[in-house]
Amino acid sequence: MTVYAPPLKDLRFVLHNLIGLDRLAALPGFEHVEADLVDAVLDEAGKLLTDVWFPLNRTGDIEGSQLRDGTVVTPAGFKDAYEQMVQAGWLGIPFPTEYGGGNMPATIVTAVTEMANATNPSLAMAPALSQGALDALLEHGSEELKEIYVRRLMTGEWTGTMCLTEPQAGSDVGALTTKALPADDGSWRIQGTKIFISFGDHDLTENIIHLVLARTPDSPPGTKGISLFVVPKYLVEDDGSLGESNDVKTVSLEHKMGIKASPTAVLSFGEEGEGSVGYLVGEERMGMRYMFTMMNNARLAVGLSGVALGEIAYQNALAYSQERVQSRPIGAPEDAVTPIIGHADVRRMLMTMKAQVEAMRALTLENAFALDMARNHPDEETREQYRLYADLLTPVSKAWATDLGIEVTSMAIQVYGGLGYIEESGMPQFYRDARIGAIYEGTNGIQALDLIGRKLPAGGGAAIMGMVGNMKAIDGELAAAGDRFNSMRTLLADGVAALEQATGWLAMNGMQDPNQAAAGATPYLRMLGTVAGAYFLAKSALAASKLLEEGSPDKEFLEAKIDTARFYAEQLLPLGTALLGPVTAGKETLFAIDPDQMGH
Amino acid sequence: MRVVVCVKQIPDPASPFELDPDTHFLQRPEDQVLDDTDRYGVEMGLTIAEQTEGSVALVSMGPAGSLQGIRQALAMGADRAVVIDDPNLRGADSLATARVLTAAISREGFDVVIAGTESTDGYSGVVPQQIAELLNVPLLSFAKKVDLEGDRIRIERQTDYGFDLVEAAPPAVITVTSGVVEPRYPTFKGIMAAKSKPIDQVSAGELGVTTAAGQEIVAVRAAPERAAGEVIEDEGDAHLRIVQLLEQAKVI
Ligand SMILES: Cc1cc2nc3c(=O)[nH]c(=O)nc-3n(C[C@H](O)[C@H](O)[C@H](O)COP(=O)(O)OP(=O)(O)OC[C@H]3O[C@@H](n4cnc5c(N)ncnc54)[C@H](O)[C@@H]3O)c2cc1C
Repeated sequence: MTVYAPPLKDLRFVLHNLIGLDRLAALPGFEHVEADLVDAVLDEAGKLLTDVWFPLNRTGDIEGSQLRDGTVVTPAGFKDAYEQMVQAGWLGIPFPTEYGGGNMPATIVTAVTEMANATNPSLAMAPALSQGALDALLEHGSEELKEIYVRRLMTGEWTGTMCLTEPQAGSDVGALTTKALPADDGSWRIQGTKIFISFGDHDLTENIIHLVLARTPDSPPGTKGISLFVVPKYLVEDDGSLGESNDVKTVSLEHKMGIKASPTAVLSFGEEGEGSVGYLVGEERMGMRYMFTMMNNARLAVGLSGVALGEIAYQNALAYSQERVQSRPIGAPEDAVTPIIGHADVRRMLMTMKAQVEAMRALTLENAFALDMARNHPDEETREQYRLYADLLTPVSKAWATDLGIEVTSMAIQVYGGLGYIEESGMPQFYRDARIGAIYEGTNGIQALDLIGRKLPAGGGAAIMGMVGNMKAIDGELAAAGDRFNSMRTLLADGVAALEQATGWLAMNGMQDPNQAAAGATPYLRMLGTVAGAYFLAKSALAASKLLEEGSPDKEFLEAKIDTARFYAEQLLPLGTALLGPVTAGKETLFAIDPDQMGH
Repeated sequence: MRVVVCVKQIPDPASPFELDPDTHFLQRPEDQVLDDTDRYGVEMGLTIAEQTEGSVALVSMGPAGSLQGIRQALAMGADRAVVIDDPNLRGADSLATARVLTAAISREGFDVVIAGTESTDGYSGVVPQQIAELLNVPLLSFAKKVDLEGDRIRIERQTDYGFDLVEAAPPAVITVTSGVVEPRYPTFKGIMAAKSKPIDQVSAGELGVTTAAGQEIVAVRAAPERAAGEVIEDEGDAHLRIVQLLEQAKVI
């Protein structure tokens, strides 16, 4: 039996003190985002998710989604749990009011998404995929397509999918071969097989809207020849009612390590006749660009599953560590015993988990805030500046948070000892569910390449330079905040200096030999995440210290914020700083041994 | 039907309640939550209003604070609220509370008044009865189910052995036991709408009530610590001793 309590206090702390709700409410369109409203949204969404989604997490894992007679059946209770979220209007909150959405800032949506991913990561994927489809349709779709598909995807009445992957085209999307042929009526006919399609088929909703990448005739090879299509499971009549079944067949479902309740399908398009009916999104051969629109939010959402699973694993490990009595504490009398939380090594694990979860939460919420600024700020230059910043943070949110999600859930197993390895404890599921985060929506290796290859140089390096500038700018405040902030200050300065050096090295060497930079991409992403995490926690600690001075009654929580930031700075940040070596070591030792000689 | 639901804002039960050392009153933070037991009353009120195309007004007495708890009930779907926040009423006894609520209820106008059986922070459990008496209307208490039969209200009144069927014609007061219906979750739209629903904050004087707190708490003593349980060492006969204890406790 596992437990979960929505981390409302920490979410609120970050929203109020790190982001600043007033800055959100100052954006045109977000005037309604007042503290009371945000509190109510987090409270009530958290309550519904905890009461309705969470109890199905483990039963869903055991039962899994299953393919029966060609259609997918989700685990018992999932349809109802999904419908309750739809009915309460939660799935529509990110979207514009003109289509019936709630027009909530990405920052607030992110807080809700974290809770959804903690209570039931499999089910949380369904709305995340719909959001990807919606983002693409809203930004690039014709008015006609929007008219038919947007509203019902938005409310959650229908769900969306993202159909990219094919057997020979995973990380290399450009290798896909699914074909799109023009039909006489202006629509298209899609033929091909897609694999690993999340929620590619299910029984939660009456229709499923596939967004499919395919090649039109005479397109150039690679990513330049890809177009994006809408392919509904059931065709939609002019009056909006559902018509004939489209020619999309669920060939099989994968047996997975985790997120077992989330159906992962092999879909065959156009197997029966001349092709599934599809409709072109935007222009031909622009599919790759549209795909990035589709993936952007999705990447942040995947990152959130790292935060969320880290949080729930930590909550359970913390509770267990206070119950499980084992061994004599060092220095205590012969017959004394202690709950394991009394042991230094268990404390180290718990503090590591706590600090990392809080750091990830701060970074992902900052990422979402940057998206809000990039979309809603009245000044174009500011919008552009935040767009670059959001773009820079997105691969870090995705890869760093999912890597840490795996580490934290693994550590939670460790805290449980042998019981943690036993399925009934519920702990293995968190770890198994976390493992996918590093793989889909672009593997973490691909995220690191995206970070150094596209996001660092974008805008002349403005985003990374701005970030480094911000990190240096709190030095004075840290110096003035008293002795307790000393280690934080010096260690953060070391980290930022190393980050600057690593960034410079990548810029220099990446130009001469991109493979040199590629060799350091993953340690660089980790370094950036770790140093940024230290910076956000230091800022949190400064805010906490200020609130304490002002006499805030929330003394224990705020003191803990400061101590958590100290722990992170002293115990975790140096590991990030030390990555300067690996980042700048270059490719030489990676390629020194011939593949033929790499065996033993 | 015009439904009035009595609701109470209480300190979040997730953190321990504390008493003010001087007044012995419960300390009430700015942010209080809707008493969980009131969610059932609100749910029943909303159901009756939906069946009869009526309305639901909330009536609440106590420090208004941020009104968070009231907004929770409005987000569930209630139409408006009256909050009586009057410093003269701090620590009011149940009769004073009933007088004030009765005045507010009468001013609203009602066919049905719904209340929980007792609040989670006070537990006096007599206010609804007093309201019924003061309003001079029938009381249908401990309802686990409410049905509208023509122009009569029929409830299933929870008893130790099952339930009684009790009927009355409106206007009437109903008390609702916890856990008998599934309170609806506020929707996102409901939360947004609650922001602009009217909340009328009044003093007792404005309702024409001159009652004072009516009681003074002279001393508060901590409940005795629970005695440690009995540890039975098993020397082969522990099961007999356990059976004996269970028999003494009349559970077997
Ligand atoms: C449960 C699940 C759900 C999924 N859901 C969807 C979905 O809904 N829609 C969809 O389209 N796809 C989906 N996928 C597919 C997923 O996005 C791909 O598996 C992923 O992109 C990796 O592709 P691949 O499996 O072919 O691995 P490969 O591309 O073969 O990668 C293997 C390894 O090589 C590395 N690698 C590959 N190319 C490079 C490079 N250029 N530089 C450095 N390293 C490289 C990778 O990082 C990885 O470590 C899902 C997969 C799973 C397992």
